[in-house]
Order: sequence, then structure tokens, then C-alpha cells
Amino acid sequence: MAMDDVQVKDGVDAETVEAVKALSGAYKYGWNTEIEMEYAPKGLSEDIVRLISSKNDEPEWMLDWRLAAYRRWLELIEPDWAMVDYPKIDFQDQYYYARPKSMEEKPKSLDDVDPKLLETYKKLGIPLKEQALLAGVEAPEGERRVAVDAVFDSVSVGTTFQAELMKAGVIFCSISEAIREHPELVRKYLGTVVPVSDNYYATLNCAVFSDGSFVYIPPGVRCPMELSTYFRINAENTGQFERTLIIADKESYVSYLEGCTAPQRDIAQLHAAVVELIALDDAEIKYSTVQNWYPGDENGKGGIYNFVTKRADCRGDRSKVMWTQVETGSAVTWKYPSCVLRGNDSQGEFYSIAIANNMQQADTGTKMVHLGKNTKSRIVSKGISAGKAQNTYRGLVSMHPKAKNSRNFTQCDSLLIGDKCGAHTVPYIEVKNNSSRVEHEATTSKVDDDQLFYCRSRGMGEEDAVALVVNGFCKEVLQALPMEFAMEAQALVAISLEGSVG
Amino acid sequence: MLEIKNLCVQLEEEDKKILRGVNLSLEAGKVHAIMGPNGSGKSTLSYVLSGKGGYEVTEGSAHLEGNDILEMEPEERAAAGLFLAFQYPVEIPGVGNMTFLRTAVNSQRKLRGEPEMSAGEFLKVVRAKAKDLKIDADMLKRPVNVGFSGGEKKRNEILQMAMLEPKMCILDETDSGLDVDAMKLVAQGVNALRDGKRTFLVITHYQRLLDHIKPDVVHIMAAGRIIKSGGPELALEVENNGYADLLEETA
Ligand SMILES: Nc1ncnc2c1ncn2[C@@H]1O[C@H](COP(=O)(O)OP(=O)(O)OP(=O)(O)O)[C@@H](O)[C@H]1O
Ligand SMILES: [Mg+2]
Repeated sequence: MAMDDVQVKDGVDAETVEAVKALSGAYKYGWNTEIEMEYAPKGLSEDIVRLISSKNDEPEWMLDWRLAAYRRWLELIEPDWAMVDYPKIDFQDQYYYARPKSMEEKPKSLDDVDPKLLETYKKLGIPLKEQALLAGVEAPEGERRVAVDAVFDSVSVGTTFQAELMKAGVIFCSISEAIREHPELVRKYLGTVVPVSDNYYATLNCAVFSDGSFVYIPPGVRCPMELSTYFRINAENTGQFERTLIIADKESYVSYLEGCTAPQRDIAQLHAAVVELIALDDAEIKYSTVQNWYPGDENGKGGIYNFVTKRADCRGDRSKVMWTQVETGSAVTWKYPSCVLRGNDSQGEFYSIAIANNMQQADTGTKMVHLGKNTKSRIVSKGISAGKAQNTYRGLVSMHPKAKNSRNFTQCDSLLIGDKCGAHTVPYIEVKNNSSRVEHEATTSKVDDDQLFYCRSRGMGEEDAVALVVNGFCKEVLQALPMEFAMEAQALVAISLEGSVG
Repeated sequence: MLEIKNLCVQLEEEDKKILRGVNLSLEAGKVHAIMGPNGSGKSTLSYVLSGKGGYEVTEGSAHLEGNDILEMEPEERAAAGLFLAFQYPVEIPGVGNMTFLRTAVNSQRKLRGEPEMSAGEFLKVVRAKAKDLKIDADMLKRPVNVGFSGGEKKRNEILQMAMLEPKMCILDETDSGLDVDAMKLVAQGVNALRDGKRTFLVITHYQRLLDHIKPDVVHIMAAGRIIKSGGPELALEVENNGYADLLEETA
């Protein structure tokens, strides 16, 4: 994934086109790992919630929290306001916990992890080995190190660079480990950004989440490397409910990446995650996602239903959160990474590329809730629809009475490829004070035949030409990604659009 | 180099004939010019040769070095050595000019089974050629043609041509919209590429350009046909008398 700066800045380059060629053949991660699994009984009940809690050796308080959420969930009804259409989910017809048998004994170190699991991540291109670096020798340029927490179905199989991060005071571990080892931090922050009763899927997640990542950056610390979590759904008929909690204490900084893939299966699978970010005074969090769950086939069979609640609380003054997402996978996406700008002078940014091809449906956007004075938010959304896909941007910008002198800028662009797809923009704006300003710009355009012909007359193939034009359209967002992901994202944009022309 | 026989073209969408039997034979290394009234089909000819959609070839043929180009995809024609400098170059937002050029060069090389040009070598070559055309570093970084002035766009087309080193260059009114100095630069750019083998088809309305790029043959096109061909003096005749006499002559 290493690449030099110049090329990324250029937005898109010959390598993109290269990568597309190298990766031809639609979904690259559709293979499955043959591994012996242990499942909780099918279906959802209080017993299942208790079972998940006991598998994770959780303390009493955590179980109580889960049970309260479960009871609450029973009273909720599934939301239907999003512009997505999918068959009713039978919550009793799936598994809520699946872990490789070899993970029964928690591995002491990465060396003890089942080789089959290590092989899986290797095949996905995720480095689970800590490169042995000689003391005092810098990592080669362009080869920045990334710490990885690898989540396979319901469990984290390992986290790299923990010891090294610990030297800087950074805690990076699976959430199950954090519940056991750092209960004071988890109890203080869990559920404070996305309350248990927030929404149907979030409440479900509170009851049955099995694993996920936990990050704590102590005051004044700039996290010495990129952190990342890589989610892999492998088991059939199994939902993945992960939970991520990131706390950036005063004057700290962290950049976190999230990636996800799943095997190609005919039956749709549910993924309902909750991500909570907390930024205290002068802290900054960058959270980037490259979402590449299996999107289903061209007839809409199979794929992941991605119902995710992601929210950041800019709790401290001058705190800053930046969400960047490249959403290319999933059959159905329902996702609105948001910022609550509570601290004075806090800032929230949201950069998004959402691609929907074939029968995919994406309803995504953000909420910027301005509570503090002089708060600023910026939204740049690029939606690309192809095939028969539907792509909706749904956004809320809310300026509360006390959020004096606050600003928002929203830029929302849609690009259509072909004439059977749709793009929709649903912006809600509420301004309850008269010193704040909200700006909204939106455009919808079609991939222009003249542009494609121009590229082709210079020697580029049709799909390369589309990839080039679309990458140009997304440039602003691609530039917001950390280097480690920018290349992958560019290639992904191209791959996701395969078969969308001609 | 390029053999066009009885080429008849109509629009795909409606029953409108645009080219009505064009015959042209361009020998390797020569410069041919086409002049003709607005709407006579000059740009259409250049588009059909480079493979733009929306046109239907109802009769006739076009061969580049013996290969039937009408059967090829636009990118294959480009890789085979055909280049069109557009009358109206297209803007591509967000795609750096340099990136575009490099993608184009390497795509063609790949199609031809040649090794790619390395980043370093590409940079060296592009800088040198850009300098000759007075295209500055800023223009190379900016998105393709976005916000370029009319003249800058035309110079950028010539830069692409210089980088791609095609065998058969078609220039569609590359001179229109250029100031006197830019016209000289463009002409120098074209002349620098004349090597005795490379062939040019220059579409223009003005004698001015032909003062700088000396044509071997001049053709007059009207209503979808070549109505007269001759030496450079034919261009002068048009410049002085317009098309009226010629049209009458052949009517
Ligand atoms: N896509 C199209 N749809 C409708 N009419 C078209 C189309 N393409 C070409 N034409 C028509 O065909 C004729 C020839 O057009 P063309 O652009 O080839 O002329 P030209 O000789 O290049 O003219 P000019 O000197 O003004 O550039 C014109 O009448 C034009 O309107
Ligand atoms: Mg024309």
C-alpha cells in the first residue's frame, strides 16, 4: 500500500488504472476461509446475550448493561425512513456469535494465533506481523507502520504493536480486552456518545456486540503510528456486531483506519456496528473507513446489510474530528457518521465517497450538531450511482441557540453512470440562532460521453476512462484519506464500477 | 499512411447524411490541409476516423497503414498511431493534466505491448516538451483543460500530440483562437514533429497557419465531399475569393 506523496496529491494516476487491471474480476475478497467454528445457538434471546457476555469473561456491570439494552430493543421497531428496500430481517434466523475453535484459548501473542487465521489476513493484504526493526533504524520511507486489530467474525484474533504503543501510553486493544483490563475507562465513556436507546440497530448492538476495538490516547500524546481495525465476516448466517470506542484525551492526536470485507455468499448478512469517538479539549481524531463488504451479485442476491451508527462527540473546546469514508461495498448501506460539536470552537468534518453499482442501495450522509460557540463543520459528499443502484445523501446541519457564530459548509455532488440509476439529496438544515451561517451546494451530473471519448482517443480503455473521470470527481475526498488508504481507495473506486459502462 | 475511400456517414439518431463519399489518400510524411465552409463535415470526418460514437458509417472504408480502423475501438486507433487534436478540447475536473498525459502514454504503450515509461523519464520528457510550447508547470498540474484559455487548450493538445508521438496527426482548427505568437508556437510544435514519415491532416479556415505549416496538398470540402484538391495555391485562392467560385465550378 506504500506510495509516494506526489502521486496521491495528483488525485488519480496511472497506478490506479494499473491496479484496476491487476484486480480485474469483480469482488476480490469473496473467498472463504475453511476453519472450524464454534457458534452460539441460532436466534436471539436473553440467554444468548448472557452467553456472549460470558464468552468474553465480562464483569457483572457489562452484562447488566447488555440485558437492559436487550429489553429496550424488544420494545423498538425497525426504522423505515431510509430510502432503502430489503426483505424483512428474521432476527431469529441467524447466529449472533461465531468464533474460530482455535480462539477458545486466547492466544498469548500473535505467534500463537491459528496459522489459518494469519493466512487469511495475509491473503487480504493486512500485515499482522510487526516488522522486526533494528533499534535506532527508521522505517524505510513510504513504509509507515500501521498497528492492526484484526476482528474475525465475533472475535478479535490479535492486535499488533501493543507493547510499542503502550510505551507512549496509548492503549490499543480489542473492546473485550478493554472491558476486562480497563473497566474504569470503558464505564466512563461507553454509551455516552451513542446512548443505548439511540436507534434500533444501535440498541441491538449494545445487547449483542461481541468484539471490536478500543483506543485511548493519553493527554498530550500524538499517537506514534496509524491505528487500524480490519473486520472480516467469514461465517455464514452470522451477524457481525462490533463496537469501537476511541477516546482522545486533552491535546492528543490519533488517526484511525477501518477496513472491512466478507466472502461472496447468496444469503444476505447483517452487520450492525456502533462507533463512538470522544475528543476532549484540543484533541483531534481522524477516522477513515474503506468499506468494501460484499455488495451482492448483479441481480441483488446476497451481500451485507450494513446498518451502522457512528458518532463523534467533540466534547472538549477546540477539539476536532474528521470522518472520511469510501463506501463501495454492501448490498444496503445505512450509515451517518456524525459530529456533536459540544465544545466551543470545535470542528467537525465529513468527507464521503459512496458508490452504488448494480442493485446496491446506499443511504448515507452525516449529522453536524452545533452546540458550542464558534463551531465549524464541513461536509463534502460525492455520490456515484451506476447500474440500477440508488444512492441517497441524507444530512442534517443543526445550529442550536447557544452555538453562536457557527459555520457550516456543505458540498454535495452526485454523478450518474447510465440512466437506470438514481441519486437523491436530502439535506435538513435547522438554524436556531441568527449569528450562524449555513451554506449548501449540490450538483448532479452524468458521466459525460465527450469526456470518455476524449480519454479513449488518447489510448485509454473504456473502463479506465470511467475510472479516471470518477476518480477526478472524487478527488477532494481521496485527498482527505491517509496515504495508506488512498491507493487502495482509488483502485476500489475503479473496481466497484466495473461493468457499469458498455 | 491513411486511405479513405467513398466514406459515407450519417447520424445514428436521425436520418441525416453528413459525409457523402469522401476520398482521401495521404502518403506517409506528407501534410494535407482541408478547408471548407462551416458545417461541411470536416470535424465529423475527424471524429469518425477517431471512433466517436453517434455516427453510422453507411458506406466506404478507412485504412491506417493497411489496417481497417473503422473496426477498431477508439483506444486501439490511438495505439495504432492516430491522433486528433480536438477543435473543442474537453475539460476533465479533478484529473491532473500530468496524470492524464502519463496515463495516456502508458495505456498506449501497454496496448502495443511496449514497456511503460517510468515516472522519472516521463517527467523529464514532459517538462522539455512543455517548455517548447511555453506551457508552465502550473498548467501541467491543473486539471485537464479546466479553466484553460482557448489558446492554452490548443497548446495543450499539441503537447499531448508531442508526448504520444502518433504516426497520423489530425488537427481540427488548432489555429482558431490563437494569438499570433501562440500560432507560431503551435506551428513550430507541429514542424518539430515532421520527420519525413509522420503524416498530418490539418483542418483550417485560414491561410495564416499554412504559412507556417507548408502543406503538400490542399483539399476543399463542401457538403460532405472533397470537391477539389490542389497545391498550396488552392488555399490562397480560397483566402482571396472565398468558396463561392469553387462551389459554382463543381455544382
Ligand atoms: N451529433 C450531431 N447532431 C446533429 N448534427 C450534427 C452532429 N454532428 C454534426 N452535425 C451536423 O453535421 C454538419 C457537419 O458538421 P461538422 O462539425 O463536421 O462541420 P465542420 O465542417 O467541422 O464545420 P466548422 O467549420 O464550423 O467547424 C453540420 O451541419 C452539423 O450541424
Ligand atoms: Mg469543425
